[in-house]
Amino acid sequence: MISLGVIRWDIIVDYMPMLLKVGVLTTLKLTVFSVGVGTVLGLFISLLRLSSWKPFSVIGVVYVDFFRGTPLLVQIFMFHFAILPAIIPGAFPSIISGLVALTLNSAAYIAEIFRAGIQSIDRGQMEAARSLGMTYPQAMRYVIIPQAFKRVIPALGNEFIAMLKDSSLVSVISVQELAMTGTLMSNRTYRPFEPWITVAILYLIMTMILSRFVAYLERRFGKGDIRA
Amino acid sequence: MIYVRNLHKHFGKLKVLRGIDCHIKPKEVVVVIGPSGSGKSTFLRCINVLEKPTDGEIIVDGFNMTDPRTNINKVREEVGMVFQHFNLFPHMTALENVALALEKVRKMPVAQAESVASEMLEKVGLKDKASNYPAQLSGGQQQRVAIARALAMRPKVMLFDEPTSALDPEMVGEVLAVMKGLAREGMTMVVVSHEMGFAKEVGDRAIFMDEGIIIEEGKPEDVFGNPQHERTQSFLSKILI
Repeated sequence: MISLGVIRWDIIVDYMPMLLKVGVLTTLKLTVFSVGVGTVLGLFISLLRLSSWKPFSVIGVVYVDFFRGTPLLVQIFMFHFAILPAIIPGAFPSIISGLVALTLNSAAYIAEIFRAGIQSIDRGQMEAARSLGMTYPQAMRYVIIPQAFKRVIPALGNEFIAMLKDSSLVSVISVQELAMTGTLMSNRTYRPFEPWITVAILYLIMTMILSRFVAYLERRFGKGDIRA
Repeated sequence: MIYVRNLHKHFGKLKVLRGIDCHIKPKEVVVVIGPSGSGKSTFLRCINVLEKPTDGEIIVDGFNMTDPRTNINKVREEVGMVFQHFNLFPHMTALENVALALEKVRKMPVAQAESVASEMLEKVGLKDKASNYPAQLSGGQQQRVAIARALAMRPKVMLFDEPTSALDPEMVGEVLAVMKGLAREGMTMVVVSHEMGFAKEVGDRAIFMDEGIIIEEGKPEDVFGNPQHERTQSFLSKILI
C-alpha cells in the first residue's frame, strides 16, 4: 500500500512538459489524422459497399471484414514490418506505419457507421431526388449524404474517442505518443506508479472533454430535425 | 404523351401488374382509383421507372422507358412526381428544395434557380414560407412545396401518388386547389387518388384498377355514377358512404 506521502510529485512535475508537448500532442495528431482521413476513406468505402455493382460491393465488404476481423495490434505490426517495407524498401519511420494502420483501421469502422447512416434515410428521399432527374451520384451527394452525415455525428464522435485510446497501440512500434512517453518515463525513473497514473489521467481528461463535445454536437444537430 | 403497352410488374412471386394498356393524351387529366394493393401506385411509379417494369413497354414523350439505351434521367426531368409522404428534403429550406434540381440538373446559376423557385412557391401560395424548413410547415404546405419543386422543372407530365391521403382533412382542400389550377392550365396529369370531387371537376377520365389490371375506364361521372363492372360497384359502395 502506497500512501500519498511517498508519491514522487517531482517526477510528475519534471516530466509533465514532455508528457504534454510530446505525448499528448502526438496522440492528438495521430487521432485527428486517422479519424479525419478515415472519415473520407470510410465514406468512400461505404459507397462501394452499397453499390449495386457486385465487384464494388465485394471490395467494400472484404475491406471492412479484414480490418474489423483482425486485431489492430497485428495490423500495426503487419504494416510496419511487412507491407510498407515491401512497397518502399528501407527502414520505415514508425510514425508513418502507425498512421497508415490507424487510418485504414478507422476507415473500416467509419464505413460501417456511414453505411448504417445512409441506409437509415427514408427511401422516399432517393426517389424524390431521382424523380427530379438527378443521377444516383447527385442524389447521394446533395440529398442522402448530408442527411446521413448529420445522423452519424454522435457515432463518429464515439469512433474518435475509441481511436484516441487505441492509438496507444502504436507505442509497440516506438511511436512516441502518450503511452510510449509513459514507458520512457517509467524506464528512466525506475518507478511505475507515477508515470502510469499520470498517463491514465491525461487520457481520461482528453476523452472526457471529447465526450462532452460530442454530447454538445448531438444536441445542436438534433435540433431542427423534427420530422413532421 | 404516355403509351403503356402490356405492362407487367412482379415482385418475386407477387404479380402486382398483370398487363396494363393505356394511352394518356397531352393535356389529359386521368384519375386512377382502386382498392389497396390493386397496383395503382406501382403503375404510376413504372411510368417514370421508379419501379422497373418486368415486361411490357412504356413510352413517355416519344422515349421508350424500357429501352436500356434511353437516358431515363433526361426523361424524368420532363415528368414531375408528387408523393404521398411529400418527400421534401428536410435539410433544406422550401426555396432550396425547389431550387436544387434547377441548379444541379438544369445547371442554372444559383440566382436564376432561386428566382424561378421563388416564382413557383408563389404559384402554390407559399412565397412567405421560402426560408422555412419542411419540419416548420404543415402537411398541406409541405405538399404544396413538393408540387412547386416538381413544377419548377417545367415538366410535360405530372404524376401524383395519393397526394392528399397523408394529410389532415382540413388541409386536403389547399392541395386540391393547386392541382385543379394546374389541370385548368392544361397540364397533363395522372393522379392516383380517391378524391371524387377532384376527379369529377377536372378529370377527363377515370380508371378503375383491381388485381393488377384495368377493370373499367371512362368519364369520371360515368365511372363513379354508373359503374358497369361489378367490382367497381362494390369498391365504390365501400368508399362512398
